[in-house]
Amino acid sequence: MFSRDRWNEILEVLTTNWFRTVLTAFGVFWGILILILLLSAGKGMENGIKGEWGDIATNSLWVWTRNTTLPHKGLPKGRSFEYKLQDVQSLKDKVPNLRIISPRNSLGGYRGANNVIRGLRTGAFGVYGDFPSFIDQEPMDIINGRFINQSDINDKRKVAIIGEGVKKSLYDIGQEVLGTYIKIQGVNFMVVGIYRKKNLDGDGEEAQNQIFIPFTSFGQAFNTGDDVGSMMITAIDGVSITSLKDRIIKVLKEKHKIHPDDRRAIGNFDMYEEFSRIERFFVALNIMGYFIGILVLLSGIIGVSNIMLIVIKERTKEIGIRRALGEDPWSIRKQILLESVFLTIISGMMGIIIGAFAIYGINALLDANGPVDMFVNPTVSLGVVTIALVILIISGLLAGFIPAQSAIRIKPIDALRTE
Amino acid sequence: MATMIEIKDLHKSYQMGKNSLHVLKGIDFSAEEGELVAIMGSSGSGKSTLLNILGLLDVADSGEYLLDGKLIKNLNETKAAKYRNKFLGFIFQSFNLINYKSALENVTLPLYYQGVNRKERQRKAMKYLEMVGLKEWSHHLPNELSGGQKQRVAIARAMVGEPKVILADELTGALDSTTSYEVMDVIQKINDQGNTILVVTHENDIAHMCKRIIYLKDGVIEEDKKIKQVRASEYVQ
Repeated sequence: MFSRDRWNEILEVLTTNWFRTVLTAFGVFWGILILILLLSAGKGMENGIKGEWGDIATNSLWVWTRNTTLPHKGLPKGRSFEYKLQDVQSLKDKVPNLRIISPRNSLGGYRGANNVIRGLRTGAFGVYGDFPSFIDQEPMDIINGRFINQSDINDKRKVAIIGEGVKKSLYDIGQEVLGTYIKIQGVNFMVVGIYRKKNLDGDGEEAQNQIFIPFTSFGQAFNTGDDVGSMMITAIDGVSITSLKDRIIKVLKEKHKIHPDDRRAIGNFDMYEEFSRIERFFVALNIMGYFIGILVLLSGIIGVSNIMLIVIKERTKEIGIRRALGEDPWSIRKQILLESVFLTIISGMMGIIIGAFAIYGINALLDANGPVDMFVNPTVSLGVVTIALVILIISGLLAGFIPAQSAIRIKPIDALRTE
Repeated sequence: MATMIEIKDLHKSYQMGKNSLHVLKGIDFSAEEGELVAIMGSSGSGKSTLLNILGLLDVADSGEYLLDGKLIKNLNETKAAKYRNKFLGFIFQSFNLINYKSALENVTLPLYYQGVNRKERQRKAMKYLEMVGLKEWSHHLPNELSGGQKQRVAIARAMVGEPKVILADELTGALDSTTSYEVMDVIQKINDQGNTILVVTHENDIAHMCKRIIYLKDGVIEEDKKIKQVRASEYVQ
């Protein structure tokens, strides 16, 4: 229950020796500040690295083909093969819990030869033949026009959706883009959409330099027919793609007469596993942040406890007087614990506030100077602040406990005799 | 008249390394309501030890102690604090005021521990400060007061909880004679209202301002006599 007198008393005691109170508080302030900064730095790194993934459906598996390494059913090793559009149906039939399968073909790309021409301008861009479902797996902002639709697939329309980077390379600023034509390896495609991917930096630049065309148009224009270069397979929510990976690979191996023990023929990249590894890394980083922060905080708490012990020693006579006048030991213990918790919370809150300003400053610097590799938007969540507050309350109680015990252990008569 | 304090065969020893120092060797006495008793004796006679036991600040090794008819035995510290607050008021030689609290705040302390609300505490404390002649000084800190004023604040503090018994340990020991008489004048006036007061002193003139003197020697009562009280007001100008 709130007692004005009790709090007056606490303020009186803490303000009697300002300098000592401030020095005592500094240890806790510094500890919590370091904890907040460490956790926010960890979060900044996490945001930076996870940002590389954009809004991609991480519960996905990429599969592509490689040469076989074992002979099987009379077929030699070192054989190359291609997935077919029919494989998509086979996977859907034989592997449950798959949400989306997007077959894809591609040509050109990063560091490749120039493959796209518009007027006098040329560029080397990744060109992908995709299905409309791909945008659900790798979301992108269509900032102008539209993405591939089913009619494009059915009618094998020669339309293209280009990235902002492609637009910058092939068009002047302010020039109309939609409805114009670009030539991809000698075949004209009409631009019907411009996208911007959410990846923030690094690969992000490459991610804006892509061109998406309908899968069927790709097959017709570049003579790939029903061949499929790769597939992005996404599992339904609640089922990890990692748990389905073996079955997917088994179906593909059976379909293409690949030896069951051939570990190389089906190239694959399990994004879920990779993402989980990153998540685990950040969990470890977070734990380390807490560990270091709490150790620093602990030294502050020891400082508070130490000073409280000195204060109690100085106030021994006063405690004796109070007890002679009828204050019970519980009340004295409560008073000392409250002083300690109050001091810890006030100094900790200062640490949190200064930490918040520091994070705000870092974010402002990042905004002003552009993004830094793998470090984006360092923040601390309300949860972290709540945890910090709980740590502070427990710390304050711990810091005050020993001094409180020592205060009530001394007999009133001995306390009164203290000079 | 009711018996406020009654002790029978009280013993107390202190362990000094390997040796035991037997300070009280079987004390028997009682004090009636409204008595003003001086306890005298040379240094080491056991007078302060006796007062501390009566004040529940220390515990006797054996013997019986009845305070206002209640047997005081095996009290834990919480209960002892409650009894001190309810039944006893203390006046110390070195005043024992809390330095960072004003005279008024010092006087309100026993009431605070009784759970009396702030307004009532202040009203009562002011009443007792007025009684000891310090109304105008209520908001001063102890270091702004003279020795006599400090002791009068301590008297007001001892009185404010309206205890049954007031215990004063060398209350004039740190004061000059004029101030001592002023303080004793206040004590006598309080006693006149019916309060039981025990004063430990080694000053003869102060002891003769009480109604009864108990002489302690080597841990036993050597003499216990009623005397004709000298009024301190005769010496106060």
